[in-house]
This record gives sequence, C-alpha cells and structure tokens, in this order.
Amino acid sequence: MSGPRAIGPESAPGAASGPAPVASGAGSGVADFSRSEMMIVAAARELAGQRVCFVGVGLPNIAVNLARLTVAPTLELVYESGAFGAKPARLPLSIGDPTIVTGATAAVSMFELFSFYLQGGLVDVGFLGAAQIDRFGNINSTVIGDYDHPKTRLPGSGGACEIAINARQVFVIMRQSKRSFVDQIDFRTSPGNLGGAESAARIRREEGWLGRGPSVVVTDLGIYHFDDSGEMRLDSIHPGATLDQVRETIGWVPKIAESLALTPAPTPEELRLIRDELDPEGAYTK
Amino acid sequence: MSKVTSMRDAVADLVQDGDTVAIEGFTHLICFAAGHEIIRQRKRDLTLARLTPDLIYDQMVAAGTARKLVFSWLGNPGVGGLHAIRRRVEDADPAPLELEEYSHFGMVGRYTAGASNLPFFPLRSYFETDLPKANPLIRPIRSPYGEDTVYAVPPLKPDVTIVHAQRADGNGNTQMWGLLGCQKEAAFAAERVIVVVEELVDESVIRADPNRTVVPGLIVDAVVVEPFGAHPSYVQGAYDRDNRFYRDWDAISREAPSTQAWLDEWVYGVGGRAEYVDKLGVDRVAALRPSGQAPSGSVDYGVYT
Repeated sequence: MSGPRAIGPESAPGAASGPAPVASGAGSGVADFSRSEMMIVAAARELAGQRVCFVGVGLPNIAVNLARLTVAPTLELVYESGAFGAKPARLPLSIGDPTIVTGATAAVSMFELFSFYLQGGLVDVGFLGAAQIDRFGNINSTVIGDYDHPKTRLPGSGGACEIAINARQVFVIMRQSKRSFVDQIDFRTSPGNLGGAESAARIRREEGWLGRGPSVVVTDLGIYHFDDSGEMRLDSIHPGATLDQVRETIGWVPKIAESLALTPAPTPEELRLIRDELDPEGAYTK
Repeated sequence: MSKVTSMRDAVADLVQDGDTVAIEGFTHLICFAAGHEIIRQRKRDLTLARLTPDLIYDQMVAAGTARKLVFSWLGNPGVGGLHAIRRRVEDADPAPLELEEYSHFGMVGRYTAGASNLPFFPLRSYFETDLPKANPLIRPIRSPYGEDTVYAVPPLKPDVTIVHAQRADGNGNTQMWGLLGCQKEAAFAAERVIVVVEELVDESVIRADPNRTVVPGLIVDAVVVEPFGAHPSYVQGAYDRDNRFYRDWDAISREAPSTQAWLDEWVYGVGGRAEYVDKLGVDRVAALRPSGQAPSGSVDYGVYT
C-alpha cells in the first residue's frame, strides 16, 4: 500500500460524483469498492499502533475487527458487554455474542469492565458511532428534537458517555450528511472538544478526565483530524469523493488541510477480508 | 427445601402489578420466557429496568405491561430501533411511557449501590453532557478528600430481579459463564429473585466449582427450569443468538397491528416456553446449537482434611 499523496485542495484525481459504488484506478488492478468499504478500511488503518480499543456497536465493530486482521494484529478488543482481548471467529451482529467470549483473554462483569478497565485508564481508543456530530467532535446519540418530545428517539448513551470521558482518545466513524454533521447538536450525549480546544483542555484537567477527547473522524468521504483550535479538519479525501460533496454534506464551512491527501484505495486483501470473512451478507457495507 | 417451581407459579407469586422488575442479562442470558409469562398474566403498571431494554421490553411495552422504563441503551443492536417503545415515546401511542435514562456505567453503579446498601454510586461520567439535565437524579458531588467532583447515581433496588443462567441446584445456587453483564449486582439489589436455568443440577456439581457461582441460593426465591428460555437471546455453550429473529422483529414491530398479531401467536397463543420451542421447530432449534465444543478444561481445588 502506498502512503497518502498530497494533492491540490480543489480536486481529487479520478473523482466521480455519482453515488456509491465508485470505481477507482481503472486499469491499475485496483478493484471497485463502495463508499462504505472505503470508510471501514480507512477507519481500520487509523488503529495501527494502538494497543487497547473499546469497540462500539455498528460500524466501529467491523472497522476494529478489520484492523485486528490487518494493521493491528496485537490490538486488544474490549467489548462493553464484558469481553477483554476478544478474538471473534465471525463478525458479531451485536456487541454481545457468544463468539466474542470463546477464546477471549477474559470475560468480566460490566462493573469490572467500566470501573477497572475503562475508568482505571487502560483503554487507549474508544471507537464510537454517532447520529449527530458538531465541528468540535461533540456527539449526540440520544434524541433528534426536544428531549421531552423527541422527533426521533435514538438509543442513547450506552457506554459512549463514559468512553468519551475516560478512553485516552476517541475515534468516530459515521456517514456524512447535513442531518448528521450539524452546526448545533440537539443533545450532548458524549463530550468532544466542547466549545474549543483551550476550554476543553482546562475543563478536562479540572474535572480529572483521563481522555484527551476526539482525535479522528472517518466518514464515507474522507478522514478528519482535529486542529489546534479543537475543530475538525479534512486531512484526506477518499478516491471518488469531491470537495463539493464534502461541503454539501456538512452543516458548517469545513476546514480543509492545505496539503490535503488522497486516501489510498482499499487493497484487494482488505476488500477480501470485508466481503468474504467479516461481512459476507453485506450488513455493514450496503 | 427445593425452590423449584413452574414459570407460571413463580411469576404469579413473585411479580405484582406496579413492581419494579429487572430482567437482566447483557445481550446474553435474557429471560424471554419470563417476560412472555408476565405478558400472559397481564401484569400492569410495571417499571421495567434493564441496561438495554432489547426486544423483550419492546414486547412487554407493546403488550401494555409497563408504565416506565429505566435504561441506558434503547435499541436493537446492529439492527435499529425498538419500534413499540418509540411509538410510546414519540407519539404517546397508545399512551405515554415514562423514561428514566442513564449510561451503562450509571446503571451498573445503580445496581451496585442497591446491592451494597449504599446511598449512591460515584463515577467519572456525565461531565459536560446533557444527561444530568435530562435526568436530575444524576447529580454532581464533591469528594470529601479533595477538590474532585464526580457524579452520583442513586441505588436501584428492584422489587423483582429475574436472571437466566446455565445451571442451578434446587436451592437456587446458580452458576453462569460467558458474558455476566450485571446479573450478580441486579440479583443482590433485589427484594425478590427468580432464577431461570437451562439445567437443574445436584448440589455437588455446584460445590465442585465454587468460583463459578454468581448468585447464591441465599437470595433466591424461586428456581424455574426452562430450557431454551432465553431465545432469541442466547446461552453460552448451549445455543446461539438468533440474529434472524432480531432482524425479523424490526419488520414485525414497525406497525402496532403486526406487533399484536405476533404477540397473539407467539405469547398469548402458547401455554409456556415448551410449547414455544415446539412451535419454533426442531430445525430452527438445531441450527442454533454451537458448531463445536470449546470446553474450559478444569482446575484442581484440592482436598484439605
């Protein structure tokens, strides 16, 4: 796999504006892939070098399991259901599944998991999904609309609130849309960089959080990190995506890195693992 | 004295209208058999506590047993929403449903405080979020030993906790393995405890492996033997999670009439779990058995005379 290459800020070579699946690198031996597959692959690669990852339900589940099979073979998977060092033989639909226990390092009570492993500071990365996110990485997974009279009642925190506070850093994976990347989230379920990096750092210190907050947001269009002000910045755009698409699916004017990179396309092996081993029914990639 | 009884008698004797009921089990060991019996006996005005209400509380809410939910994650994992509950919350259809919402760690802490006879449980969560505004029972407290502020949640003491497990003896000494969730904390926190097991074993089986005992008979009021009683949830080593049903429920529950038709057929229409399992059919049941064995090996506790 080649490293990200810098390209101009206004165009991505080979960018197509049509819907997924996108074709990439015709004639270069790179297979066709969908936007969802690109997102999962990009998220998995971000886990290279990490040691202990707390796995959220949904897209984080497949991304983390792909990382374990590729860039992070020694990654310890922690499931909030109580499995530490899970080695699932199949991709679980739920984050509670018998396959995450058989062969795991430890099966512990949720009290131990949240008290000793998470609040005790042993989790390097908390990997979350979200319904809404703002420019500072604050997350809503509780309600759309007013809390007491919601337009849409979402699942709520689960463990996300304490993961965002106690995991050393937070990765987020979610698809971009004007409904999900919003100027104002309707409810703050999990804190990110609050109103900006400076105040967030002070509050974290004063309140004794172990976490440094969000560090990566991977979407179906690109990869964002957080700049010195604590705001999301597009650092890499996926092959086939355009900056127009990025801007059309964000509820604020996004910051874009001067040396914007092009995300390397999924390798045939990454695609094979997703399609043949992790998600043969296409539950995560459709 | 044996505490072994039928599901019908256990629910009739130990679950009363208006109770706070916790059918615990985090994705694993969720006792659907008990939930269905509560529906069949038309219990009313229950407060249902669980970290993840899951399909079992969606069904119990659809059947009109509940007035309130105490929870931390309200969804069908990997599939989507819980539609019967959402109808009550978003549209008050057919009636409003009161919610009392925490995070997972908050709910675990509530059971822990309840089980330990403590006035609250402290945790480092909820900072800078809207959860304490949504639920004023989540409150900040200052450490008596320094400047730290943490959040507190109140104890949760269910009137009845129902836990499913692999095995117990007749006195209710209960062993389980796999994901333990907060079954132990929920059981110790409760006024009354019903244990439902796949297998009734002799006391000597329990005593041969005391580390695996999660709930002692001391706190158990009734033991119900109900094989396959956790379906479509699962029991480690016995049967798999029926993901097909979790997906099917999404379509079944999208409209009230199809939800009621399902309850009529699969809950009101059967006498109990044995009949439900017959109705599932031998093929469906066989397909959920593990594809192979993964025994734990054994340890030597030693004899000391």
